[in-house]
Formats: sequence, structure tokens, C-alpha cells
Amino acid sequence: MALDDKPELEVRVFKIVGSRPIRPDGIDKVTGRARFGADMSAPGMLVGLVLRSPHAHARIRGIDTAKAEALPGVKAVVTSADFGEVSDDLRDILHNVMAHDKALYDGHAVAAVAASSASVAKRALALIEVDYEVLPHVTDVDEAMKLDAPVLHEGRSDETVPAGMSANIMHRFEYGHGDVEAGFAAADEVLERSFKTAATHQGYIEPHACLASMGPDGQADLWCCTQGHYMVRNTCAGLLGLDASQLKVTASEIGGGFGGKTTVFLEPVALALARKAGRPVKMVMSRDEVFRATGPTSSTSIDIKIGMKRDGTITAGWADLRYQGGAFQSSPVQFGAMACFAAYDLANVQAIGWDVVANRPKAAAYRAPGAPMGTYAVESVVDELCEKLGLDRLEVRLKNASRDGTKAAYGPRFGRIGLTATLEAAKAHPHYTAPLGPNQGRGVACGFWFNFGGDTCVSMSINNDGTVSLSEGNPDIGGSRAAMTMMAAEELGIPYERVRTTIADTSALGQNEVTDGSRVTFAVGLATIKAAREAITIMCGRAAKIWGIDEDAVFWEDGHAKPAGPNAGKFPPMSLAEIAAVASNTGGPIAGHHEVNAEGAGVSFATHLVDAEVDPETGAVKILRYTVFQDAGKAVHPAYVEGQFQGGAVQGIGWALNEEYIYGPDGRLQNPGFLDYRIPVASDLPMIDTVIIEVPNPGHPYGVRGVGETSIVPPLAAVANAVSAAAGVRLTELPMSPPKVLEAIDAAGD
Amino acid sequence: MRYEAPRTLESAVSLLAGEPGSAQILAGGTDLLVRLRSGFDEPDLVVDIKRIDGMNAITAENGGWRVGAAVSGAELGEHDGVKAAWPGVVEAAELIGSTQIQGRATMAGNLCNASPAADSVPALIAAQAVARVIGPNGTREVAVGDIATAPGKTSLAKGEIVASIFLPARAARSGDAYLRFIPRTEMDIAVVGVGVSLTLDASGTCTAARVSVCAVAATVLLVEDAAAALIGTPVDDAALERLAAACSAACKPIDDKRGTIEFRTKVAGVLARRAATIAIERAKG
Amino acid sequence: MTQIHVSTKINGDAVEFLCEAQETLLDVLRDRLDLTGAKEGCSTGDCGACSVTVDGRLVCSCLMLGAEAEGREIATIEGMAAGEVLHPLQQKFLEHAALQCGICTPGILVAAEALLEKNPDPTETEVRYWLAGNLCRCTGYDKIVRAVMDAAEQMRGA
Repeated sequence: MALDDKPELEVRVFKIVGSRPIRPDGIDKVTGRARFGADMSAPGMLVGLVLRSPHAHARIRGIDTAKAEALPGVKAVVTSADFGEVSDDLRDILHNVMAHDKALYDGHAVAAVAASSASVAKRALALIEVDYEVLPHVTDVDEAMKLDAPVLHEGRSDETVPAGMSANIMHRFEYGHGDVEAGFAAADEVLERSFKTAATHQGYIEPHACLASMGPDGQADLWCCTQGHYMVRNTCAGLLGLDASQLKVTASEIGGGFGGKTTVFLEPVALALARKAGRPVKMVMSRDEVFRATGPTSSTSIDIKIGMKRDGTITAGWADLRYQGGAFQSSPVQFGAMACFAAYDLANVQAIGWDVVANRPKAAAYRAPGAPMGTYAVESVVDELCEKLGLDRLEVRLKNASRDGTKAAYGPRFGRIGLTATLEAAKAHPHYTAPLGPNQGRGVACGFWFNFGGDTCVSMSINNDGTVSLSEGNPDIGGSRAAMTMMAAEELGIPYERVRTTIADTSALGQNEVTDGSRVTFAVGLATIKAAREAITIMCGRAAKIWGIDEDAVFWEDGHAKPAGPNAGKFPPMSLAEIAAVASNTGGPIAGHHEVNAEGAGVSFATHLVDAEVDPETGAVKILRYTVFQDAGKAVHPAYVEGQFQGGAVQGIGWALNEEYIYGPDGRLQNPGFLDYRIPVASDLPMIDTVIIEVPNPGHPYGVRGVGETSIVPPLAAVANAVSAAAGVRLTELPMSPPKVLEAIDAAGD
Repeated sequence: MRYEAPRTLESAVSLLAGEPGSAQILAGGTDLLVRLRSGFDEPDLVVDIKRIDGMNAITAENGGWRVGAAVSGAELGEHDGVKAAWPGVVEAAELIGSTQIQGRATMAGNLCNASPAADSVPALIAAQAVARVIGPNGTREVAVGDIATAPGKTSLAKGEIVASIFLPARAARSGDAYLRFIPRTEMDIAVVGVGVSLTLDASGTCTAARVSVCAVAATVLLVEDAAAALIGTPVDDAALERLAAACSAACKPIDDKRGTIEFRTKVAGVLARRAATIAIERAKG
Repeated sequence: MTQIHVSTKINGDAVEFLCEAQETLLDVLRDRLDLTGAKEGCSTGDCGACSVTVDGRLVCSCLMLGAEAEGREIATIEGMAAGEVLHPLQQKFLEHAALQCGICTPGILVAAEALLEKNPDPTETEVRYWLAGNLCRCTGYDKIVRAVMDAAEQMRGA
């Protein structure tokens, strides 16, 4: 039976998809049984620790490890000398994981030791002598772009960067179409504004941790918390000169990632130590190390110019986005430039992005990387224009909204999208018209994320007792195993409880792209559905064999193979369990699998509404009410979709109000801890209300769109617009911490 | 590092006085363990005072309350007597950290950690609390405001321990309050904090007042000008404005990652006004 | 370095262990007793992932020395369920999807249980302030608060 002939978006009444069953890994997580990165140990295990540069920028003239190596209990010491030549695409990763000739940020790893205990390892670090030649440093993005700025890497600016610019500018991006100058000329009101945002960290509660072991034959095992163990395997194999097949990586449960665990930090170092010591090495970062030396996102400096007619039509939009990505070319400015005008159907638009390096840790992805900052700037200016022209903020967005077929600012035409659905839902919601009190303000913003597909492998075994084992290769960061289990059970027509989803290690499946890009429910879901359909095809064939009829004369319904056509009713249906029980006799064990580089991910748009109150005497901000309207395409497990909406919104609130990397004049990070890096706590927040919009994505059999990233894109602007309204003055820098808010209020009052 | 948990004050004092190397006192540990973990402190000896008889007690004394040095914020917050007499002191102590921190942190520890931003100290100074210090040379009573001498430094000699803090008897028609400014709603170190204690007479005129401000100088300040702005007045808006101005004028803060000079100075005045307002309500009963 | 011998009670069981003076209770639970439910998120008492109760009092185990456990009664996440039977809080967390990655969950459950022991009928604000020392980065706290209030209601009714 040719199942692939089915039209992609069937009108379907789902039995399991759309319900809220308990997640399969839930009991382990509420009882403390679940094993996260630091929860594993091995016999003979050593403790690994990293020596980190206290300088923001320094040449490393030499490292003397002799005294450390001689300390009793120390079994191995590594530096960059222990890593060989690597391919160009791995060079920056290697030099970030272990400094090469320069320490490029406060916290940059310069050496590591493996010892019999943490206290011995600590003493060993103190015995390593590093000869630093301290160099001038630069941490601010605009400063780094100046011609007299200290240079991190000579000669790495590529051909997109105009001649005569700072060597710290790695690349220039440009997107857009039309004629922005003509567009501004046609506007009734043109606003030009500048914005700055501070660097923020993903803030996952679980520090990086891993346990590595390697035998003398080069066969290695690695246990680590990661968003992508296949990426870890490939990268570590490349860095250590191993074949991919020699290194088996098992993903632990992961205590948060948000993009920050889509790369490697400790893992290659742990493997190098394990190789040298001949014993397993466990490495766990301290919170201080997480802040100083993993991958925060960029601090930015952005200029926006938007022209609007009196009737609210946007005639032109222009953006110049400057993002620093830390010490190696890493900023997400490309996505920022692509995404910042995505919610608008513009005839004239231009977005320029500058990818700059500075003496800070190498940026890693942070949930919709690059988009929150650019969107913050654009949505703030749109808000101010609405205020100036006396126009309703949702009406203006509806008027200019991207719709099906709109040519996006970044190039392609949108397919079916749900932006206007979210705007209409916001307009109709009681939150939008609820009365506000003194010192209170309401903010609106829209946001978008592309969502991705990528390499995906799924394998589904039909067990002899009729249960199903589903193997996939994407660490579960938010409840995705529940969604896969639901889609498998839905497709197979068996109860949810009869399917178990496991995250397989790297030896069991082909390549899987990391858990990023909001891809898992879409791509792994799609592969799961196709694997189930393959298993169904096989099971129908087995039934046909048993009944002695043609394969094409069997169809699958409600978990049973049934005879069709002329044979209808002749044979009682065979359940999946009955077919599975006799599999050995009908050809052997039954399984379905699917490998694909998934395409057809649908973009997800959102509108956020937020009410804030400002204390005019202190600048303190309180979030009173928050509602998220986001297009999920099809919500497989609505509770986990809501969870993504809420989690992203709250990260955005923290980013808008209090989170920031604070560097001193010495280039050292002043707040590498949760005391002074202030993420929202429970008492800071109200409930986060959610409205799931479903405009199905034609690229997925059930219509699924990724949702995890879009939710962090609108809140920076929504909160800034609310605070600006409440305070009576426009704030143009994030975070809007109380001293900044009070200063703005006082300045406006003068 | 060695760990000792003596059962008597005498043995604690003798351990501390007799230690040739460096020694630290462990009460709640909410400051000490952070410093141990980060390598900021590497004492040779840690003396745990929680097993000493009487250190966990809150006892009525001369109309006031004596709070043992090992009494946690959580225990203090459960004591009806102290809460009724000195609600400002209790609310200040209860602002320190999270529920988990409250389960361990002590006022004595907060005091002796000598942070300029210590939450319990302005309220204690406003209350005229007295620390009983016991050492190798005997016992002495020290006004709480005289314990910290500089950030991280106290006037305690080697071998001395704060054994208890005494909160004096409350005069009639008195009230106290503590307010602090933090950027979030919990979990932050005070950017500025103000403790106010005052007494009214039958006609509502203020007859006594003490105002103390933290996080605006190297040690917690007692602002006499601020008290003077209230004494002899009906504590009306005009007096509160003068109170606020006096507090702001007394500030000698720094710019740091928690606040600017300008911000601390301004908000000190705002909080003084608000704390005084609460203290008045409490005084009126 | 001489090790200290400690006798204590954990989740109702008598336990003895050796530890160095500077080891925290969290270090002991995780590295010596294989009780890895309590997590190290920050080692400064700011995140609450290491929450346990000591003689019924909610504390951060990262801010307590292992040696201090002598003669005390410690309760960890591992002792919350009664064998196969989940505590109502654990059950409600699952029903409300009050966890995403789950790293903060043990600490939050221990903290929530301590709250309901003290105050069986907390308001939303009281729940939020009690849990302010338990950081969660995934959920935005919404479903956590709902789960705690729902469990409280169920426990009051039972």
C-alpha cells in the first residue's frame, strides 16, 4: 500500500495527538532517579579541572607544567600542545576549547589536569606556570570596530568587509530589496533610533559535565550533557584524530541548553586527559566557569530607521546591526539581520549586519540566536511611530503584516503562515482592552523564527509482545520524548503506554543534527511518522501473508491490519500485538526506520502582550500580566507547547529587565554567578497566559511547526514598550535595570 | 582544614584563641561556605558554634529579648515575642536570601560578616541592639554598630565570639521597620537599605528616633541628622522630606555592579520616607 | 587529611560516612552516598537545586558541611515517594507538565513539600516567594506554581 501517496495535510481527527499524557521520563525526573551530566561515575575515575586565563587578552609565551605533573595524584596534564593539527572548520573550536598562542578572554582555558581527587587537581592547577604577555583588550562592540581597537586576529576579515575597517570585523551581511531612500521620502514620519543590548547567557541550571574514557586502542566512550551527542562525537573525533566509529557518545539527561550546549567545551579536554592518563576522567564546570567560559550571546549596538505614513503603512525599514560574538567569529548577526523585519510586508527594506570579535567568550547559540535583539530595536521604533501618529499598535501590525506569499525581508516568499492569526487573537483577547492604572503601561511586539529541519534518523522496533521501542538521536530538552511517543502511538493506532522512546547513543543510529532550530518535534516527529508507516507497511504484508491475500488488499486502521476490498470481512483484523507475536515465522523481526535531511519546516510567528508597572521613585519594574499568542501549526502535546511559550517569554523578561554581562575596565567578568547575573525568580512573575494558534504547516504530516525559539523573540520589545509606556519615557538600552529606568524618568522630568 | 563542634562557649573561645593559624566561626555558614568554596578563605580551623548550649535560644530578658548567635532567620521569624516587639528587625533578618538561606543564616553571622549591605544591621542599629562578645579576656557588651569596622572586618579580637544579640525592651508607642531596594523581588544583595525605629508620645509627636542606612558607605551608617529631622515633629510630610534629604546627604556610596552613586543616594531618601511611614503605623498600633 | 566520621539519618535510614572537613553535605550526598537527586547548580546558595531538609528545615546542602550532619535527620528527593507511591506533589508536577528539563525539579519538590508542611493553604504569592530560592530556567514557573497549589488542595481534601 503506497502510504506516501497520502496528501500531506489530511483532515484528521487525532486520538492521541493534542492530548496531555504524562511524559515517559517524568517519574525519573520527579524522584531524582534521572541521570544528568554530573550524575555518572566510573571505576578508577579521575577528576579533571581547567586552568583559565585571568587576562582578557594576552599572548601565551610559555606554559610550564612540570611541577603540576610531579604532584602525587596527578595523572595527566594537557595544553594545546596535546592537540594536533585540525581542519580549518575546527580550528576556532579547538582554540576556544584550549587556548593556542593567545588567551582571548577572562576564563579562556589554557591547560587542564586530571588527578585522583578534586583537592589534588586544584593544587595542581596552582602549580602550572603560564608566562603571559598581557595585551590591551576590548569588550564593547562599537569600540572593537574602531580602527585603533586592540586586534584579536590579524587578517581574518573576509571580502565582504570594506577595506580600511577594523580587523575585528569578520563579515558584513546584507539583506533586503527595493529602494529604502525612496521609501523614506514617501513617508509622513521617519524615525531613526539607536539601541544597545548587553550580552546575556542561556542560564541553564545544569553546568556542563562529562565523563570520558579511552582505551589504549583509541576506542572511547563519552557521557555528557549535550544538545547533540552526534555533534559531540564528530567534533571530538575531529579534534582528537579519531574515527567517528571509535568514539561512542551517550547523551545524559540534560538540565537545560537553549543553544548553549550545541557545541563542545569540556568534552575534547576530558578525552585528551583520559587518553593521556589511561583512566576515566570526569569534568564538571563550576557556575563561575559556565558564565566566564561557555557561550553567551552577543551584546549589540543597533541603528534603526523606519518610515510610516499617517495611515500606518510602513514605507521603508532600514537596520544596521553590530553584534560582537566573543573571541572567535561567532555572532548570530546574520539571523538578526534576516529576522528583524520578518513580521512586515515591506516593499523597501535593508538590513546590514556586522559580525565583530571582542575579548569575550565565544558566543554560542541562544534560542533564536540574533533575532531577539534586532526585533527589539525594530519593534521599539514601530511602537514609537504608532504613539507619535496616534495609531493602534495591533492595527498597524495587521496593516503591514507578512502573509502567505509575502516576500520576506531576507529573501524567500512565505508559505502558509500564522502571523495575522496571532494578531487577530491578541486583538480579540480581554488582555488587550483591560484597564490600566497609574504608572502602568502595555506593550505589544511580534516575533518570528525560521525553524529548521536537518539530518534525522529514527528506528522503530515492534517487540514480540506488541510494545514498540522507538530510538531517536535527539536529547530531550523539553518533553520531546512525549511528543514522539504520541506521534508513534497515533500512527500505529496503539495506546500511548505501549510505546517507549529512548535517546540512542551514537553507535545506534546515523547522523542526527543537534537539538536546535526548534527542529525536534518537526523533524524527528516527521521521521517517526514515516518510520511507523514503514513498519505498518511491513505488518500489513505479514498479515497478507498469513491470510494468503495480496498485500495491496490489506489496510491499517486503529492498530489493526484489516482485509480490504473483495476480502473485506473475510478475516478478523489482526492487532499489532498478534502480528508481532508471530513475526519470527512470517519473515523475522519487524522494524521501521527513516533517515532524512528534513525539509519543510514551517516558520512560527508570535504576538506578545505585556502589562508593566514602574515605581517612578525607584525605577523598579513589575510585570503585571503577560499573554503569548503563537502559531504552533499543530500542538502535539499542548502542555509542552505552552511550556515553550512560557519559558521563552520569561527568558525574554529577564533579558529585558535585569540580565547582563558586566565587564570591568580590566576586561574581567564581574558577575559570574546567579547572585549578580539576575535571572527571573518565581516571585518576580505573574502567570504567563498562552494562546496556541494552529495554522498547519504543509511540510509536516500533522502540520507541526517548531515553537521553542519564537517565544523569546518578542518579549524584549514587548517589555520595553510596556515599560516605556509606564514610565512615560522611551528606554533604548537593555537591560532596563532600575537605575537606568530611574535615570530616564528623572531626565525626562527635567 | 579542621572542623570542631565544641559543646561549650569556653571550649569554643579556647579553640579560637589557641589556633596558631587562621580560624573561622561557623554558624549558618551561608557566607562562610561560599568563601570556602571559591577559595576566598582557606582557614586552618572552622569552629561550629551550633552545638553550644544556649546558642539556639531566644530568651526574654529585662523586657527585651536575647537572641542566641546560632538562631536562624527562620526560627526568629517563628518567634511571636520578638516579632511583636521588633517587627522591623525580624523582617530585615527574613529578607536575607531565600527560604533555604533563612533555614540557616543568623543575625550574628550577618553582623560579623561585616558586609556594608548586611540586611539585618540597619534594623539592629535602629533598635539599639547590643552584641554580647565573649573572649579569652572575658565578656563585653558592644553596640551592634561598633562591630563592623570596614568591609569584611570586625572589631572582634582573636578568640572572641558574638554569643548573643540583645534587643532592648520596646517603649510604648514605638514602631520599627526595614526596607531595602533590590532589582528583583528576592535573592539580591541590598542596593540600599534603611532601618527606622521611632517612638511617639500620646499626641503623636515623635520623641525618639534612630535611622540607619546600609550599602551606602564602608559600614552601616547611623544617620543622626535623619533622626533629628523627626524628633519633636508630628512626622508629617514636611518632616519626612527632611528625613529623606538627611539620609541622602549622609550617603557615601560607590558605583558598582549593583547600583550607581546617584541611584543609591536618591533611593536611600525614598526608602527612609517609606520605612518611617510603616514605623509610624506600627507605633500607633 | 584526616577524615571525619559522621553518623546521621537520611530519609529515615541510619547512615554512616567519612568525609573531609571542607566537603559540603551536597558533596557527600552525591559523591559518597550515590544520592545524586540533589544537584549542584551554583555552589553559592543562589539556585536551590541542592535543596534538602535538615531536621525538617529547608536548606541548601551546598552551604552545609558534611560534618554538620552528625546526629541530624536529612531528607532528600529520594525519600519523597513512598516506594511506588508518588507524593501528591510529584504526581501533580507530572500532570501539570511542571517540568521541562527536570534539573531544578528535585530541589523544587523538596522546597514545595517543606512549604506545605508549614502552610497547607498557601496563596499564589506565598508559593512564589517561598520558591524564590529555586531557580528554573525552562518553565517560567507558571506550571510549577499551579502544580503546587493543586497538590495543596488535594492534600487538604484528603
